[in-house]
Amino acid sequence: MNHLYSRRGWSVLAACTFLAALLPLLHLALPAGHPLHVSGYAMGLVGKFMCYALAALALDLVWGYTGILSLGHGLFFALGAYAHGMYLMRAIGRDGSYGSALPDFMVFLDWKDYPWYWAFTDHFWYCMLLVVLVPGLVAFVFGWFAFRSRIKGVYFSIITQALTYACMLLFFRNDTGFGGNNGFTDFKRILDFPITAPGTRTALYLATLALLVGALLLCRWIVRSKLGRVLQGVRDAESRLMFIGYDPLAFKLFVWTLSAVLCAIAGALYVPQVGIINPSEMSPANSIEMVVWVAIGGRGTLAGPILGAFAVNGLKSWFTAAFPDLWLFALGLLFILVTLFMRRGILGTLPALQRLLPVALRGKPAVREAKEEAA
Amino acid sequence: MKHILKHILLVLALCLPALTQAAIDPALLQPLAGDDPDARVDAVARIAATGSADARTVLQALLDDELAATPDGRVLVLHGDQALDPATGKTLPVPDGADGIVVNNRLRGAAQAALSGLALLAPETERRLAAAQALQGKELDAAQAPLLRQALQRETDPGIRTILAQLVAGADLGSNDPARRKAAVVALADSGTPALRPQLQAMLARNPDGGYVEGDAALRAAAEATLRAIDRRSARNDIIANLFYGVSLGSVLLLAALGLAITFGLMGIINMAHGELLMIGAYTTYVVQSLFRHYLPGAADWYLVAALPASFAVAFAVGVLLERSVIRWLYGRPLETLLATWGISLVLMQAVRTIFGAQNVEVANPAWMSGGVTVLGSLVLPYNRIAIIVFAVLVVAAVWLVLNRTRLGLFVRAVMQNRRMADCVGVPTGRIDMLTFGLGSGIAGLGGVALSQLGNVGPDLGQSYIVDSFMVVVLGGVGQLAGTVIGALGLGEINKFLEPLAGAVMAKICILAVIIIFIQRRPQGLFALKGRSVE
Repeated sequence: MNHLYSRRGWSVLAACTFLAALLPLLHLALPAGHPLHVSGYAMGLVGKFMCYALAALALDLVWGYTGILSLGHGLFFALGAYAHGMYLMRAIGRDGSYGSALPDFMVFLDWKDYPWYWAFTDHFWYCMLLVVLVPGLVAFVFGWFAFRSRIKGVYFSIITQALTYACMLLFFRNDTGFGGNNGFTDFKRILDFPITAPGTRTALYLATLALLVGALLLCRWIVRSKLGRVLQGVRDAESRLMFIGYDPLAFKLFVWTLSAVLCAIAGALYVPQVGIINPSEMSPANSIEMVVWVAIGGRGTLAGPILGAFAVNGLKSWFTAAFPDLWLFALGLLFILVTLFMRRGILGTLPALQRLLPVALRGKPAVREAKEEAA
Repeated sequence: MKHILKHILLVLALCLPALTQAAIDPALLQPLAGDDPDARVDAVARIAATGSADARTVLQALLDDELAATPDGRVLVLHGDQALDPATGKTLPVPDGADGIVVNNRLRGAAQAALSGLALLAPETERRLAAAQALQGKELDAAQAPLLRQALQRETDPGIRTILAQLVAGADLGSNDPARRKAAVVALADSGTPALRPQLQAMLARNPDGGYVEGDAALRAAAEATLRAIDRRSARNDIIANLFYGVSLGSVLLLAALGLAITFGLMGIINMAHGELLMIGAYTTYVVQSLFRHYLPGAADWYLVAALPASFAVAFAVGVLLERSVIRWLYGRPLETLLATWGISLVLMQAVRTIFGAQNVEVANPAWMSGGVTVLGSLVLPYNRIAIIVFAVLVVAAVWLVLNRTRLGLFVRAVMQNRRMADCVGVPTGRIDMLTFGLGSGIAGLGGVALSQLGNVGPDLGQSYIVDSFMVVVLGGVGQLAGTVIGALGLGEINKFLEPLAGAVMAKICILAVIIIFIQRRPQGLFALKGRSVE
């Protein structure tokens, strides 16, 4: 893990953050014809990728460091998105196509008033609280039952998949009160700022960047602490850890809930930038795709999943534009090849590749790096 | 003025012969062209009651939108540019201004009922039986009673007589004659169908002035008793229907999950591509069906017989290929297997989409599978559901025989229980892994044949079954064939009994929730092997 804590690691992180923060400046300050101008589309794309990266980071915390493979993180992502979406729907006000105070889908269903769980959702900060609390609570309750009866490994994965699948079916129903198939879309404003204005988009972008970097630092701190050591103990030899006298339940539950909350925050940042949330975000396929970002970037590296999310989604954007029919082939092969030949992902394989290079080409001698870490 | 006079004269001239040799009284036909919906429905019943072949022609034409009205109020049956006047039985060229009669759903329903009523008079027993059964469960009114009564009088077959007697009673409920109504209510007490419930209930309702709709108190009491009898019977039928459909759904789940019970249950491979193996089986069925249609159109109904081995073989081959190329490198790393097989499933899905297109393909039930057997009066059990249940039983029996009574099965069990020891005594473990995985995949292919007979065959077919299949295997307990069977049937039954209470989607959600809770209690499934290991 030397690359995480070395001086070089810090400088790469700082450089990436700086570059990412520069994008909106280039977008706002330069005229459209300028060679360095960044289009709103490109900035939106990077913003979306950062949301995915945050979700991947959250997943790495449970899978990479605690060995719990979740195939249901799409649920927490979508729950966060829906919680924020409720506010955004209320903020449309009477500008919907029916001109009613209710969202269009409720008018369509001939509902006269908001259901009880929509209460207070016109307050932004209450919804932000929901973004954290609802997925956190779902994760806590589910995790408590699952970890208490020591469900682990693939069983846990399969159950999380069933969970997100069941919730997807639930949200697809019109009567659930979240817009059925269409979900939430057509947002107009957030905190009274028009949602499509360049300034609002820049602010959302910067907020995403700040939260992503913040989450990375938080995760870094956690996995370095004693708590992180215990988590890795759970991953590597849970029964041994129990024999020493630790109860893994609390540790697993903590990291599981934290991961769900981070994922929900990613979802909440995703909605205003992409402008739509619907139940297909909860489909098992989406959750598995998240796992692939982590696997490709390198699990148990924190920076790797972020890299993986950018790489896979960048590839996806390019593929679906250039060869739409081939994308699923490419993604499928990526799954197979990474699991067969790159077990540790891009970042995990990097040191091994470095060692293959002739000594003169290596950046820093491995010995010096190890000393740095010790110091 | 002159113009109108000419018209009237023309009408009179045309009507004269009609008055003498009318096959159907024009007064009966005329309301059909009118606007009054009640009169039109009434006219249909009256035309049918004549029981003549011409009545049949008129009603059929009504259903086929071939009935037209002329401005002078005649009703004609169109045949291309010729028109038959049912009132005269003569064919004439289509007159100017003849306008098609608009048929709404209510009129269409009435005409259909009347037509099947007419079929009651057909000379062949089968047609009469089919017609009588078709009328069961439909709403009848008093206008149809004469026709039914006529049919009952002529009928000789006792089975059809029973049905007809019931139908007559049903139609008589709306009669104006209290004696008839009473006889009908009493007759229905031991043979009523739920469709008559609203009519009986209407007899018990009160008018706005407080008096009963049905004046006769004895008749009301009889109606109440009949209602109770009908409710009892329909409750019993509902339970039996739920049981049957639950078993049927359970067999579908079982066929979908049985292959997984081998690959996941016995070998411990999380095969996310299992759903796609089902899909491959279904698409093989489609290909075999197309080949039969093209080369052996005479035997097209028997394509399933060839589709079974073909699907097994194709899915077996794909399974063996997967095991040799990808899965065998991942033994002992279940989570990675999960990801790799998910990748395989994406590739397979996209491959099918590229070859066959993204749309669903059409797989038809063979003729011998359509229709169903009627039990307990009104409960229809479709043949294709019964065939799937029988097929599931056969497949389970075959799998059990292979695993417990053959040398291959012995080796499979040996390798799964103690790989090293099996290797030491000379079992070729690598080959056994390959064959076991192939067997599981082949059974998935067979499941695909069954699924192709029930629903849409499309590239996403597998996706909709993968979660369910895993639930069945996990619920039943890993490595237990009996557990898988009971898990599948249990899930099917619970689903069918919850559906009427909560709706299809909510039932499914409830079941997933129940399974999630259940697994908390018994993480090893229903039939856990007892052991002392901590893991």
